[in-house]
This record gives sequence, C-alpha cells and structure tokens, in this order.
Amino acid sequence: MISFVIKRLAVAIPTLLLLIILSFVLMHAAPGGPFTQEREIPPEVLANLNAKYGLDEPLWRQITTYVTSIVTEFDFGPSFVYKDRTVNEIIAQGFPITLTYGILSFLVAVTVGVTLGVVAAIRQNTWIDYFAVGIAIGAQVLPNFVMAPILVLVFTLWLGWLPGGGWQGPEYWILPVIALSTSFMASIARITRSSMLEVLTMNHIRTARAKGLPERRIILRHALKPAMLPVISYLGPAFVAMITGSVVVDVYFSTGGIGKAFVDAALNRDYAVMMGVTILLGALTILFNLIVDLAYAWIDPKIRY
Amino acid sequence: MALLDINNLSVTFDTDDGPVHAVSGLSLSVKRGETLGIVGESGSGKSQTAFAILGLLARNGRTSGSVTFDGQEILGAPTDALNRLRAEKIAMIFQDPMTSLNPYMRISDQMAEVLTLHKGLSKREAVAESVRMLDAVRIPSAKERVRLYPHEFSGGMRQRVMIAMSLLCQPDLLIADEPTTALDVTVQAQIMDLLRDLQQEFGMATILITHDLGVVAGFCERVLVMYGGQVMEEGPTVPLFAEPAHPYTRGLLAAVPRLDEEEVTMKAIPGAPPNMANPPKGCPFRPRCAYASEACATMPPLEPFAPGRARACHVEPGRVAA
Repeated sequence: MISFVIKRLAVAIPTLLLLIILSFVLMHAAPGGPFTQEREIPPEVLANLNAKYGLDEPLWRQITTYVTSIVTEFDFGPSFVYKDRTVNEIIAQGFPITLTYGILSFLVAVTVGVTLGVVAAIRQNTWIDYFAVGIAIGAQVLPNFVMAPILVLVFTLWLGWLPGGGWQGPEYWILPVIALSTSFMASIARITRSSMLEVLTMNHIRTARAKGLPERRIILRHALKPAMLPVISYLGPAFVAMITGSVVVDVYFSTGGIGKAFVDAALNRDYAVMMGVTILLGALTILFNLIVDLAYAWIDPKIRY
Repeated sequence: MALLDINNLSVTFDTDDGPVHAVSGLSLSVKRGETLGIVGESGSGKSQTAFAILGLLARNGRTSGSVTFDGQEILGAPTDALNRLRAEKIAMIFQDPMTSLNPYMRISDQMAEVLTLHKGLSKREAVAESVRMLDAVRIPSAKERVRLYPHEFSGGMRQRVMIAMSLLCQPDLLIADEPTTALDVTVQAQIMDLLRDLQQEFGMATILITHDLGVVAGFCERVLVMYGGQVMEEGPTVPLFAEPAHPYTRGLLAAVPRLDEEEVTMKAIPGAPPNMANPPKGCPFRPRCAYASEACATMPPLEPFAPGRARACHVEPGRVAA
C-alpha cells in the first residue's frame, strides 16, 4: 500500500515534467506575448523587457531555468503583467477561495446526487423516480453560465436574500456553490441510479433479503458500497473539473478564485501565471486519481496494492 | 399439520414479450423434519417456487394461490412480516456460492448481522456464535478465517459458509437451491455429506432443489418431479426411482449415465424444454413424450395412484413402468 503510493508519486514527477514542457511549447507557439500592447512598444524597450524576464533565451533554456527554480526554491516566477506580484502570491490569494467553494460544491454534489440516485433506484418507475430523473436531466442541461445569472436575478435582485457577488462570508458562498455543484450533482445522481439498479439485481442482495434484513440495511450496508464504485471513478476527475471550471463562478460572482486568474493570464499571455495554474491543476489531477484508486481499494477488498 | 403447505401456486413474470408462466398450479406440502427433493431441468420452475415461498421473486414476478407456513399465510405477505420468517424460520442456500455472499463484507459481519437482527445478540456474541457454526460446517481454523472476505475462500468453502449462515437461527425449514451445481464433483459429495449430517443433527425440514437425481436419491425421503412449471409426479424416493409412473420421470432416470453398463451413449429425452412464454396446450411434456395421445391436449390432474404417490398423466402407470 505505502509502496504503491510512493510509486505513484514517483511516476507523477515525469508526468508533471511532460506537462510543463508541452504547456511551455504550446504557450510560446500562440501568437502575441506578455508585452504586446495596442501601441507598438519601441524595439529597444521590448528587447530589454525580454532580457529581464529571460524571454530572449532559447526555449529549452527557459524551461530548464523555470524547472530549476521550482525545484530548488519552489519559485514559480514573477507575473509578467502584474509587475509587483509573484505567481506564488497570486495562487496563494486565489486558491484558498477556489478550494473553499470547490470542496463545498463537491460535498453538496455528492450528498444530494447520491441520495437522489439511490432514492430513484429504490423507487424505480414511480413518480419519485421520474421526479429525481427529471431534476437530474434538468440540472445537467442547464449550463452554469446560464444558471449563474438566473440565480443572481432571482435570489439577489428579486428576492434580495443573498449577495450576488464578492467573498466576505458564508452567505457569499451559497450562490457560487449552487451554480458550480448542480450539473455535477446531476451526473452523480444518474450514475448512482443506474449503478444501484444493477447492484440490486445481484445475487448477494438476494441473499441479504433472504436473511430477513430490513430494506434500509440492505441498501446502506450491502448495496451502497458496490454501487459507489462507478461514482467514485467519476468523482476524481469531477473534483478537478469543479476547480478548473470555476472560471464561470469567478466571473459571475466576483469570488476572486484562481479560475479568473487563469483566464486573465491566458488572455494577457502572462506566461508565468498560466504555467503556475496549469501545474497546480495537473498536480491536483494526479493527486485525485491516486485518491480514487485508494478509495477503490478501501471499498473492494479484492483490490490490494 | 404440515409445516409448509403450498396450494395451487402460480408464478408469472410480466415481460416485454408478454407473461411468462414459470409455475402453474403447484401444490406440495412438507412436514416437520422431512426432506423433500424438487427435481426438474432448467426452466421447470423449481427455483422460482423457492423464491416465491420467501417472497424473493424479481420485481416483475406475480403470484397467486396460497403458501402457508406453520398455519400462517405467507404468500404476498408484507415485507416486514416475511423478514420475521426469513433466516429465523425459513433459511435458504443459493446455487452460486461465488456471488451469493457479499464480496465487500467480512464473513464475520455477514454472519453476525443475522444474529444481531433476529436474536438480539451483541456483535461479540454473534461473531462467537458464527465461529461455532463455521466449526460445525467443518471449516478449519474458523476463528481466524471468520475475519476473511469471501474471495479468500474456495467455492466449496464459500458454500460451507452459506450453509453455516443459513443455519445460524436453527430454522424450521431449509431451502437448498441447487447447492452443489456450481461446485466440482468431489466438493459436491462433501457438501451433500455435510448437509445430510447437519439435517440429521438439527432436524430441520429441508427442500432440496436440484436437477441431479443422484443427489436426490442420497438425501431425500420424498421427491417431486417438475416440468414446465407443473408437478409431473410425486412420491417417496425409493418407489419413485424404482418404478417411475410418469413418462418424464422415466426419461429422466433413463438419461442418468450408469457405470455398471457397457453402453456409453447417453439416453437423452428428445426435444427441448417448452418456452414458458408460449407453453404447449395441455400437458407441457406432450411434444417430447413417447406415449402422447389426443387425451394429452388437456392437462391431467395430479392424482394419487398408490400409497403416498401421485402423478399427472393420462397413460396408465403400468404402461409407463414397463
């Protein structure tokens, strides 16, 4: 088990390195640069700027310098656009916010989604099932960039219950979390429902019935674990997608997470911030895939690392 | 009074292709401590009969008729009423020990929950009792192995675990649905020996469902032969095997390969079992029966013809036995 985790973390290093090289090359292949402005900058100034940030070096040297400073000093460089800020500072400011509403959305999506899916499966082909499936489909077809303004319209402008933007306390969390979690909740509900329906026809569930166990115990103790396996493999990528997909939330609710910083960096060609966020999300993806595998082993005793 | 009394039981499944009649008008009874074998080929309705008794049919299954256990009607009873009988009074062992145990739970948890639920034991007492029962089904070093998961046992050992689990509450009736079909031959014999010993020790009535006539002959006092969801013949094991009074029983017995004969060709019954979505009119065995006549277009009733014996056939018993 421990050796498995160490091995997987070791494999993560070349994976991240590959990610860095690919992103670096793609980023520099895109037209424009961090100092491109509407008004032409004098070539001497541009040359000086490029020299200051090391952009006049060959690409391979830029990459090795970049990786070296990360490995030796955990320094992701200065922002090319915000002159007085480093990438570490930008991420340190935005990431806790993103992580907060990301984790909350994740918890809401899992709790509501699994409950909805299980109830729909137990009451298959009754109005409860149709209702749950209806909600799930509705939530899935409604993209969050449509959902977000509707939420603001209803809960902020019409009802005046909740603030429509900012990040100053728990009441500011509610709308972003609803906007972000809804479509994931819907997917989780659908996966849970179909998986639960399949598990309920399995032989060991019939054995549990023959043992005279109450339905509640059959569902919770005997059916839920196996029914969760496909859900869990969805959850790893879903959590990362919630964090990366947070740009809509950041834009509509002015939450100030890294989603906004990421998009701004891409539009401004702020190479260092783009790289920093890319590496962060890459590392998170690797981490959550590992957590999914560990969760599998925890649920299914046949899986041993 | 009989322990279990089934009267005119029918089981129908609603499918997209219309209703499938798995069991039609079956009646049987089992006395306390009695061993009854239900024999028939795949699709004859023997397993569905067992599921119907315990209310374990698939969702699209419908039943009619009556099943009384200890004088109490249990067919179509509400789930919580059935839950008081299940495992406590009527226990069941299933065909496939590989999938019938929960692969995600320790044996100790799977067994102990039966006792904590039905007998109100504490978890610790329940596990201790489970270990005793695993000892009784001759699982070596049960005390350690009770902590294992099903996949850490062989098929035969898993079936022993199933048997131990079914006997935890010392039920009055044990239904064993093809308990040895998924096991290899030497293990089959061990499991049947074990079941026979346990049946004698605990004295529970047992319904053994199987297509293996050898298994029935060694275990059951009485046999019921099913075909196409109906009873063809019923009677004490020895005379039924010695002088089968129904063409189907006769065909089944003739199809058993014998070690004491030179002949190596298997004597199969010609034809195939009926499609129960569209069963033949009258006697379901008619299309495959060598004795079939015009009369067989109507299903004959199950009628007694000798002490303890009954058959559903228009042909005279003497002609079949000959």
